[in-house]
Amino acid sequence: MSVLVGDSTRLLVQGITGSAGAFHAKQMIEYGTQVVAGVTPGRGGERFESKVPVFDTVADAVRATGANASCIFVPPPGAADAILESFDVGIELVVCITEGIPVIDMLKVRRVLEGRKGTRLIGPNCPGIITPGACKIGIMPGHIHKAGHVGVVSRSGTLTYEAVGQLTALGIGQSTCIGIGGDPVGGMDFVDVLELFQADPDTHGVILIGEIGGGAEERAAGFIRDKMKKPVAAFIAGTTAPPGKRMGHAGAIISGGQGTAGEKIKALERAGARVAPTPSDMATTLRSMMG
Amino acid sequence: MKIHEYQAKQIFARYGIPIPRGYPAQSVEDVDVAAKKLEQETASPVVVVKAQIHAGGRGKGGGVKVAKTGALEAREIARKMLGMQLVTHQTGPEGQKVRRLYVEQGLDIRRELYLGAVIDRDRRRVAFMASTEGGVEIEKVAAESPEKIATVHVDPAVGLAAYQARQLAFGLGLGKKETLGQFVKLMMALYEVFTREDCSLCEINPLVVANQTDVFALDAKLNLDDSAEFRHPEWRELEDKDEADPIELEAKGAGLNYVSLDGNVGCLVNGAGLAMATMDIIKHFGAGHGVAPANFLDVGGGASQEQVTKAFKMILKSPKVRTIFVNIFGGIMKCDVIANGVVAAAREVGLDVPLVVRLEGTNVELGRKILRESGLAIQAASTMADGAQKVVAAVGGGR
Repeated sequence: MSVLVGDSTRLLVQGITGSAGAFHAKQMIEYGTQVVAGVTPGRGGERFESKVPVFDTVADAVRATGANASCIFVPPPGAADAILESFDVGIELVVCITEGIPVIDMLKVRRVLEGRKGTRLIGPNCPGIITPGACKIGIMPGHIHKAGHVGVVSRSGTLTYEAVGQLTALGIGQSTCIGIGGDPVGGMDFVDVLELFQADPDTHGVILIGEIGGGAEERAAGFIRDKMKKPVAAFIAGTTAPPGKRMGHAGAIISGGQGTAGEKIKALERAGARVAPTPSDMATTLRSMMG
Repeated sequence: MKIHEYQAKQIFARYGIPIPRGYPAQSVEDVDVAAKKLEQETASPVVVVKAQIHAGGRGKGGGVKVAKTGALEAREIARKMLGMQLVTHQTGPEGQKVRRLYVEQGLDIRRELYLGAVIDRDRRRVAFMASTEGGVEIEKVAAESPEKIATVHVDPAVGLAAYQARQLAFGLGLGKKETLGQFVKLMMALYEVFTREDCSLCEINPLVVANQTDVFALDAKLNLDDSAEFRHPEWRELEDKDEADPIELEAKGAGLNYVSLDGNVGCLVNGAGLAMATMDIIKHFGAGHGVAPANFLDVGGGASQEQVTKAFKMILKSPKVRTIFVNIFGGIMKCDVIANGVVAAAREVGLDVPLVVRLEGTNVELGRKILRESGLAIQAASTMADGAQKVVAAVGGGR
């Protein structure tokens, strides 16, 4: 068991003929993900790797292949549009990898998302989602994962790999790992993912990786305090980050004294999560809670 | 990206937001010409000379001065202001050198208010905030008297509605008919600026009521969303390279995410979250030993040899750096490839400070072997914690 993706996921890749899209589509196929279609406007009728049919529109792709999830590699100028196209066709799970989408575009995407109850967006600016051994949607290195019972949710890509690497090294597998992305405005946030992990009988504990900027970790703390019955270990990056500076991710910035790591750590600890003292201790911190 | 007040006001003017008359200046002569022109245009000798730096709080630091008697006085002010190190609460103790000025007409100010627009990340909306406490830092007002701030959120599908602007106007006590109309028009225009110019922040502090009933943007602060640069070729002309940290500027040109810090350990990491976490763990183990990160540096997902070489050069520009910590999680990019890149880059750059390398991920054993057999004085670390402790020892703090 797992959340959001598994054996029944039929993936289409938007931007499959671009360099990043092509490279990672191949990696996903090798991992075992059912990549059933690609979409590149103007390239309909071609075949990717002489197997996967390419369509001009998401609507054509869904009609012909029954795709139920989309992974987006379209560059920033067209990325928000690509998300909206997938929403419009009714794709249930849209994963946007693209980094550098203007915030104004994402505000509109969010607005459209609000009116669509069955649709979920992961990202943008994220590594994607993986259920080890079953389905990988995104750019994470599949082989560092191991199937099991820990859910991982994170705003950072490589820090997610770090946590997964630590878990796997301890022999602890993962149910599903979700990178929610480093942008100030995106799709699912920590609370949305924690709800799924709480409801998933095969997820027994969670690692949550946050960073400076915004209030998503504080909202997660509220959910952990009120609703979460499973152990949550956390790490917040950016204790040493100076205020007012964007630390790589568009969303990783302390502005007006808001969004510091210290506040987030305090909120999570008060809510009953255990915060790892260093990024090297994420997996051991969770293990200490799971007994 | 930050821009200057006078540039923001030029954008405001294009959207019909009322601003006082003014001219940018880079020399005492420019100021003289501007002051004389303003005196002619406004029939008043009063002008204001304002330092143009990318930081707030200029007034308190001595960067905004009124010349009541016209051009001669303005010249004198400009002579002192140009080239001064202006220190404000936003510049840090070393201050920022003043290279540009803005000369503006003086206004008969009745009230000073605050109006700002930001992205409310939690609500996923553009939020407008207004306060009767103009000319004061809004963060301070928010902390001390939050009831004095009124906020409205804009539905992106509808845009800013006039009733929302009126709501803020009445909250500010701008109920008089002519002023109300002007304020609503100004706020609608400000929303257009925010969305069409891809802002991440628009702030008018203070927004003033002058000449009895007219509203003006007396100050203007615009931050632009770096992600939208692709659709704003005109932004290149707005960028003031003098205001940026030279190393950060160079890093940007090289496609690296770099932020200068005060410490002595150069960090080279792939991924923004891991890069921040690397800084944190250095501080964690080094705090008692005077060891701290010298920079944030994210070389991006695919750490190629070329990127690593560029990054090394960037790090070594800082004379404070006494050791370098490379922390890479090799995912799609294999560790042996990265190790070869690190070794080649270290050779090319001719490293003369200790180098601690922590590699993890795909082909990690092979990667470590390459580092070991390189003949270079590279210390391999097995985990981030091990690496950070080795770094602390290398700087001289002991383990």
